[in-house]
Amino acid sequence: MMIIFKIYSHTTQLNMVRYHLSKTDVEDLVVGAAILGTGGGGDPYIGKLMVIQELERGRRIEIVSIDEADGDAFIVPVAAMGTPVVLMEKIPSGKEALYSLRLLEGYFNRRVDFISPIEAGGVNSTIPLVVGAERGLPVIDADGMGRAFPELQMVTFHIYGIKATPMAISDERGNAAILDTVDNYWAERIARAITVKYGGSAWIAIYPTFGKLYRDAAIKGSISLAIEVGKALREAKLAGRNPVDALLDVTHGFELFKGKIIDVQRFNIGGFARGEAVIEGLDEYKGSRLMIRFQNENLVAIKDNEVVASVPDLITVLDSESGKPITTERLRYGLRVLVISMPCNEKWRTSKGLETVGPRYFGYDIDYVPIEVRVKRVVKP
Amino acid sequence: MTKYKVGIDVGSTHTDAVILDEGNNLIHAEKTMTTPDVTSGIINALRLVLEGSGVSRDDIAAVMFGTTHIINAIVQRRNLGKVGVVRIGLPATEAIEPMLDWPIDLRDSVNAGITMIRGGHDYTGEPITQFDEDSLRKALEAFRNRGVDAVAVTSVWSVVNPEHEVKVRELASELLPGVPIVLSHEISSIGLLERENATILNAASIKVMVNAINALREALRDMGLEHAKMFFAQNDGTTASADYIVRFPIFTVIAPISNSIRGAYVLTKIPNAIVADTGGATTNIGALINGYPREALEIEIGGVRTNIRAPDVIAIGLAGGSIVEVKDGDVKVGPVSVGYRLIYEGISWGGGTVTATDIALAKGIMSIDDPMCNPELARSKIPSWLVERAYAKMIEILEDSIDRIKLKPEPETVILVGGGSAMWPKTLRGAREVIRPEHAQYANAIGAATALVGAVVEKAYSYEQITRERAIQDASEEAKKRAVEAGADPSTVEVAEVEEIAMPYLPGNAVKVRVKAVGKLKL
Repeated sequence: MMIIFKIYSHTTQLNMVRYHLSKTDVEDLVVGAAILGTGGGGDPYIGKLMVIQELERGRRIEIVSIDEADGDAFIVPVAAMGTPVVLMEKIPSGKEALYSLRLLEGYFNRRVDFISPIEAGGVNSTIPLVVGAERGLPVIDADGMGRAFPELQMVTFHIYGIKATPMAISDERGNAAILDTVDNYWAERIARAITVKYGGSAWIAIYPTFGKLYRDAAIKGSISLAIEVGKALREAKLAGRNPVDALLDVTHGFELFKGKIIDVQRFNIGGFARGEAVIEGLDEYKGSRLMIRFQNENLVAIKDNEVVASVPDLITVLDSESGKPITTERLRYGLRVLVISMPCNEKWRTSKGLETVGPRYFGYDIDYVPIEVRVKRVVKP
Repeated sequence: MTKYKVGIDVGSTHTDAVILDEGNNLIHAEKTMTTPDVTSGIINALRLVLEGSGVSRDDIAAVMFGTTHIINAIVQRRNLGKVGVVRIGLPATEAIEPMLDWPIDLRDSVNAGITMIRGGHDYTGEPITQFDEDSLRKALEAFRNRGVDAVAVTSVWSVVNPEHEVKVRELASELLPGVPIVLSHEISSIGLLERENATILNAASIKVMVNAINALREALRDMGLEHAKMFFAQNDGTTASADYIVRFPIFTVIAPISNSIRGAYVLTKIPNAIVADTGGATTNIGALINGYPREALEIEIGGVRTNIRAPDVIAIGLAGGSIVEVKDGDVKVGPVSVGYRLIYEGISWGGGTVTATDIALAKGIMSIDDPMCNPELARSKIPSWLVERAYAKMIEILEDSIDRIKLKPEPETVILVGGGSAMWPKTLRGAREVIRPEHAQYANAIGAATALVGAVVEKAYSYEQITRERAIQDASEEAKKRAVEAGADPSTVEVAEVEEIAMPYLPGNAVKVRVKAVGKLKL
């Protein structure tokens, strides 16, 4: 087995098979995860401090390439679920997900070989790193979204036919339950109810699977991508280059709009924070308006009555001065912003993918058109 | 017999003092230089305003301070107390230890030991686990042996159920008599780390506040003002007695910024407006909502993230002393400032530096009542194209900041205050009207002198367990009680604001209720 430790060169961690995270990697990863979080996914501040605490305690976090997992390796994704405000107040013990893992190991009568993130965006990008540090387990450089989404079945594991259950769900006290459900939607529903009983946050080990299936289903390189995004921004700022150009370069993204937020409306429908923000164009966008519709995450961007981007492609709002991403709950009048869109993983662009997370699933009666196609249409009509 | 109040506000360059009568009419005002120790500057200002006004010392009923003692101590890491830190929440919260992301020098000067024990609650108010009194006892004994100056206690969801924090105070009164015990639910709101940070900073500041109060009390005695009551401006635009603020010094940490916003209201009686306070080096732009400063969600103090109540302001490096420069054909104004040296270095005073004030003088916008100031120098020495371009730039920066502080696009009233505010024009983009009230240069000290005594309580409730009326009543009672503790006359205390903030995604109709109670000074 080849082991390559951090060697910085023009090629990045993407080409590395195994490496250990440094504090700088963590800082970069959190910035990248906020951008891939597309306005949702929870405040990564708590997640960042959890990982830094692990490093300060002398533990190590090992990231491995998906190719390191044999076909029969036992891989279990781990995540937190629940309410962001609870995570801010009832800080985790850091051991919660270990209870879930242990319970699942007992159920399968087999030790876990690798853990994996289910989300690349928001706070769940860092949770598996804490678990990896606590258990000394390597974390696979991949995930099930390549971004952030609000529900448990919104993962590529689901569209590849992997069952969410048997899954385990625990709290900080050590309460743990194992669920076996008829489908992944039921897993979401029951887990959500248990989360409430636990006090508003819960820790899950879910979509247990084996290397062969995982390799087909997962989105490869997402931890490295988040680190690269954060690093590109940091280095661009240091060198006095435009951070947004660097960001678009790494993510193959596009600038959609630049302007000032002139209106934000919020509606609380079905327990989700839905709403829309209207941005008035500045500079080369003067005279135009962009509307962003969101539900936890940014879902659709409409410029002067024409859809210019939609889920599952990523839409992120950045502060135009600092280049920092702005979450949907922090959108407000007067902010100067830059809106970018990045292509989602190809797996979301299949019919099963679009059925799960396409615009129609979120209630928008529009056809999905990949961002790079939409952009070309605008440039070359 | 008329009773008078003195208001004193410490700014970065100037310390201002005013005397007001019972009807809040301005009797006399003075400006002096702020001193590095803050206290001697306050004493100078106090002496000058007393002498200048001719008011008999016996008739001064209260002296009201808006001071920077606490922020200076935290930023400079000077004279802070050693704090024993108690976190209640295990097995939860262990993943992030207290003070993890503090600047190391600040952590070293404050930290006298951290202990994490079992206990705390869920958002429902139910205990997470059994409270571990034995470990607490051991921790407090260790703090006693180490000789801590104060103890900071933070329990999970104490804004819903403070039971475990209160237990610490009870046990500490026995084991650590005389040591201040600061409980987080009395400091700020939801967000454990931010609340814990604010609680620790508060505990560390108590020693600083005690020393400041003692020095000021002695100064008052020397001036024959031992009968005058001392009040300290709070971050939310209200004030509190010395006895109360010594328990909650963190509530004064950026009070001077609120004083000028509040002063703008007192001078204009306009309750909803944008306020720009222009001094020598910076302009602070904030918003008045129902007569009080609009508050920000979080604020960083000395490099530490907290969630104390503080005004939502944008600070820009553009004010009276801002230096005007031409670089690569571009005109720049600020953020570098000559500060108090304006009266030596400004072109209009015979100096060699073009400042924002010189531009406004050359433009004929303002006049300055100072025999040493000659606007003719500005007019003859600064080329007119530079005057025009620099002034346009200044206005652009101010208008842009006014727009950023707004929450909606409609034009609003803009109130200009502060020593440098005369340099602004009579109309601004985005402003329905621009008002620069009489005595605008003393708005901050007037804000300090006229503040009502106030207290804010924020608690979380589940409307499935308690009716909305009962919840609001409960929070209101507590806010009123705290306002009386802060020095309000009980017969005048009333609820000034009630705000309910729904907590999305939490079942049981969980709501954060925030009540502000205010009353007149008890003199």
